[in-house]
Amino acid sequence: MYDAPSTTKEAVVTDVKIQANDVQVYYADNHAIKDVSVAIQDKTVTAFIGPSGCGKSTFLRCLNRMNDTIDICRVHGKIEIDGEDIYDKRVDPVQLRAKVGMVFQKPNPFPKSIYDNIAYGPRIHGMARNKAELDEIVERALRRGAIWDEVKDRLNAPGTGLSGGQQQRLCIARAVATEPEVLLMDEPCSALDPIATAQVEELIDELRQNYAVVIVTHSMQQAARVSQRTAFFHLGHLVEYDDTSKIFTNPEDSRTESYITGRIG
Amino acid sequence: MTDVSMESAAPRGTLTTVDARTKKRNAAEKRFRAYGLTAIVIGLFFLVVLAVSIIRSGLPAFTQTVVEVEFTLTQEQFDEAESQLLKTKAYENIFIAALQSQLEQRGLNVAFDAAAIERLLGKTGGTIREYFRANPDRIGTPVSFELAASSRVDGYFKGRVTRDSVVDSRFLMVTDLDLVDALYDAGIIKSAFNWNFITGADTGVDNPGGAGIGVAVIGSFFMMLVVLVLSLPIGVAASIYLEEFAPKNWFTDLIEVNISNLAAVPSIVFGILGLAVFIQFMHLPQSAPLVGGLVLTLMTLPTIIISTRASLKAVPPSIREAALGVGASKMQTVFHHVLPLAAPGILTGTIIGLAQALGETAPLLLIGMVGYIARAYPEGVVSGFIDPNSAMPAQIYTWAARADAGFYEKAWGGIIILLLFLLTMNLIAIILRRRFERRW
Amino acid sequence: MPLFWLFLIVLAIAAGAYLLARSRVLSMAGDDRRALHSLPSYYGSNAAMKSAVPALLLLVAWLLAQPFIVDNAVSSLIPDAAIADNSSRALVMAEVRRTADGLDMAVASGGLTEALARSEGLDLDVATSSLQEAGAIVTSQLTEPVLAAAQQFRALNTIGARWMSVAVIIVALIGATWGIREASPAFRARNTVERGVRALLIAAASIAILTTLGIVLSLVFNTIEFFRLYPASEFFFGLSWAPSFSGRGGASDLGILPLLWGTFYISIVALLVAVPVGLFAAIYLSEYASPKVRAIAKPLLEVLAGIPTIVYGLFALLTVGPLLVRVFGDDGLGWMQAGTAVMTAGLVMGIMLIPFVSSLSDDIINAVPQAMRDGSYGLGATQSETIRQVVLPAALPGIVGAILLAASRAIGETMIVVLGAGAAARLSLNPFEAMTTVTAKIVSQLTGDADFASPEALVAFALGMTLFVITLGLNIFALYIVRKYREQYE
Repeated sequence: MYDAPSTTKEAVVTDVKIQANDVQVYYADNHAIKDVSVAIQDKTVTAFIGPSGCGKSTFLRCLNRMNDTIDICRVHGKIEIDGEDIYDKRVDPVQLRAKVGMVFQKPNPFPKSIYDNIAYGPRIHGMARNKAELDEIVERALRRGAIWDEVKDRLNAPGTGLSGGQQQRLCIARAVATEPEVLLMDEPCSALDPIATAQVEELIDELRQNYAVVIVTHSMQQAARVSQRTAFFHLGHLVEYDDTSKIFTNPEDSRTESYITGRIG
Repeated sequence: MTDVSMESAAPRGTLTTVDARTKKRNAAEKRFRAYGLTAIVIGLFFLVVLAVSIIRSGLPAFTQTVVEVEFTLTQEQFDEAESQLLKTKAYENIFIAALQSQLEQRGLNVAFDAAAIERLLGKTGGTIREYFRANPDRIGTPVSFELAASSRVDGYFKGRVTRDSVVDSRFLMVTDLDLVDALYDAGIIKSAFNWNFITGADTGVDNPGGAGIGVAVIGSFFMMLVVLVLSLPIGVAASIYLEEFAPKNWFTDLIEVNISNLAAVPSIVFGILGLAVFIQFMHLPQSAPLVGGLVLTLMTLPTIIISTRASLKAVPPSIREAALGVGASKMQTVFHHVLPLAAPGILTGTIIGLAQALGETAPLLLIGMVGYIARAYPEGVVSGFIDPNSAMPAQIYTWAARADAGFYEKAWGGIIILLLFLLTMNLIAIILRRRFERRW
Repeated sequence: MPLFWLFLIVLAIAAGAYLLARSRVLSMAGDDRRALHSLPSYYGSNAAMKSAVPALLLLVAWLLAQPFIVDNAVSSLIPDAAIADNSSRALVMAEVRRTADGLDMAVASGGLTEALARSEGLDLDVATSSLQEAGAIVTSQLTEPVLAAAQQFRALNTIGARWMSVAVIIVALIGATWGIREASPAFRARNTVERGVRALLIAAASIAILTTLGIVLSLVFNTIEFFRLYPASEFFFGLSWAPSFSGRGGASDLGILPLLWGTFYISIVALLVAVPVGLFAAIYLSEYASPKVRAIAKPLLEVLAGIPTIVYGLFALLTVGPLLVRVFGDDGLGWMQAGTAVMTAGLVMGIMLIPFVSSLSDDIINAVPQAMRDGSYGLGATQSETIRQVVLPAALPGIVGAILLAASRAIGETMIVVLGAGAAARLSLNPFEAMTTVTAKIVSQLTGDADFASPEALVAFALGMTLFVITLGLNIFALYIVRKYREQYE
């Protein structure tokens, strides 16, 4: 975001942010992702849908190299962010993850105060010169996470004391606090009730203004509601990738159609 | 977090170059990882040092320096010696003459007297006389005598005693060492496997060479028998009750709390319990393996109960439901299905509990099972349980407390034997687990 | 071994009852087992249970009660005049018991005939010499009251044993009859047997409570006895530990503070060794090590936990002590006088505790949910940042619990301090000096030849009580913390 001239970025909204080519993922002998190539655009919400076990979460975790933490997992192929191969030997996954934030299925606030939860990322990446700046970063992140009003009076209360929906928005705010360029969300609403889901979905739509958002979801309705682009995964293959409206109204592949209409899944 | 450096975020550059801060963080990462590895290495280092010092100090206990002299006692010599006033002295002279002639045969000429022989080998005359009086048919035939060298001579060969460290005394003179060297050159003095250490009994404080651990091993054996016979059925019964039948009430909670606390009570407190209840109150015999076994049973029970409950818990509920479903009673379900399936785990836990009990020392000292008690083998099974005896670890402690290098060697040797037993028990437990472990 | 035979007789009666009840119920059902409520073996088991269990319970109760009754009866026979000024009734009773044992030995070895041993005409000199010949430990000359009491003691015990046999066998027979008569096809034998088995299971489980009770009672009674002879305030606040050796001459100083100080000092040294090493080892094993390294290093470290403490004691006395002396002793830095010191014992105890700390911490670190780690990695934290700032704070209560458990182990450890710490009780700050601990003094006060009724021996029970209370408190507190911690992540 900083290195690209900002003028062109505003102009071309459909910049390719992430380009993946022929990605293969193996868990020991299990071939989990087969030949996936996809171009994810900036300032867009891209949804990955598909039946469980289809590899959509695995692929998502490749985008910020979270799979590195699993010993038996191997990734082949090329994934580029802003034209740089993230699996290059010179790339430090720590720096990469600061640029590509992630929100998880279950809200996972640290057993610390709300403030410390948000400040954790900025602190480890050394983003604030002093306490005032850190306060500012925390407030900004909480505002972007649409939770500032609810927690501004109790920043020192433990993050684990919040409700499920609040916890998930706190985790989103925590991810946003490190100023990422891409936000990966792994079924962020699966552990939430409908009201909290609606709040988080609203938030995702707002986040699109600043980030490339990739969301894995089980719910087709959610994909339809929040995303502009949708990729359908099946048995490790990327079956179809297109505008969300096209996927849901006029899919090209028969498997996509079956899934959309509820015959497989 | 105290290590926040409040410097500004470097403008995010390309991912392929690592910025200064990340370098610093990665260095911290490496350091932290190194601390962890160091900790493991330290732990393993201690293990190696322990193992090396046990083996290095303990192995000499299994060898004994002996003097082997072959000679023929004629009938005339026997009759003459028996007619003398100092009979053993006469035998001693015969022995010395034989030794001298053997040295001369090999062309070694060393002067020595009877006193030197006594310092080296103790009272040889008595041993020889005893032998020939018991075996009169061997008179006139060549007999090879293997006589144990004194503890100090033994120490000279094992490096405990050096020429520099010897102070002339009635136990050993520096000049004796010349004789020892000559005997060594002649091949008369040599190292032999010390069977007496494995089969023998404890000796007095002045005879480290003759001390053996055999009687204490028997004491430990009878104690373990008591522990096994009591703790296995009681432990299994208690576990079955707690795991399968116990209702959720204050009584069950009380038992649970007691078990988890007893598991952490210092072993010496169990010794006090044994002394006060079994010996003072019930008047059971002091120093008896029976009492030791009772104390160790109480100490081992929590361990066995905890591991047995884990094995019972590991049997899936579906098995119980299946049995109950065909009309078996709860009791039949447990004894016909759950218990057999949990048996390997229970057995493994019991063996490990027994191994723990086998190495326990402190409580035994309080009930009087100290090493110097172990002077003779029990006469029978009953006597094995109730006659005063010691146990391996207590015997080792007694030797260690005698502050004599000769006994230190025995203590280390005793540890090797104790550890061999423990190793065997643990190996059996591991094999059982490997063989019968079931994953549901 | 009449007791053994009695036991066998009861078992034989039970076995007979089993067979009789089983055949009776089968014949009543006309050999058609379908007509029975329970399997035939249950009718047999019911009869066997009813004959054996009450009889054996009676046997145990009798064995426990008889010594008391006999002791009381005999004790009242001894006239006050027969008790010397410097002695007590308990001591005389001990003498009586020894004499009675001696008479048994003399009869067994043929030195006395049973009739003579019982007769009132037994001459004191004859008795004394024949007892000594049989190898009994008695005073040089028996006195008339003691010998008479000893004879009475033997007589009562013989009568008691005879009546016990009779009573036990009668009870067994009554039980057997009852069980056999019950055996009819309609009788719910299985339910009865299962109720009995259940009672046995409960009894087994209750042994844990009985053990605790036994510990508490034996500590409490003897401690009270001690405080009757020695003021409690001097015990708890005395700064000097100097028991007199003979147990008679001279007053003893029995202050616990120097011992507590030694105990805590050594424990602290041990924890300073064990906690950093154990904790870092746990962190490395659970977060960094590859499965292969873990599979090798973890069991190897745990070997350290399986080694008996006597081995560590010897290691301290003979390996670590001399090694430390070489470095810190007169030839080296000159801080250390002898191999036995706080440092020696503490270091070795620390080694012993490493696997204890590491395996407890390992469990606790593994209980921190993976989601927590993922959240941190997802923000771009390195592994060590994640461990230090997320995992360890989350695991902190559990780790504190583990350290407390290790501390309680260190405080209660005996053999290492007996051999490695020295015997001198002193209040000093120098870790290279010899000090001693509560546990070491329990051993030395109870293994000497001091008389059990003297304050020098009884003090061990007060020490044990203190030790028990401290370790119990630590354990309960630690287990509470760990349980709270686990609940948090369940």
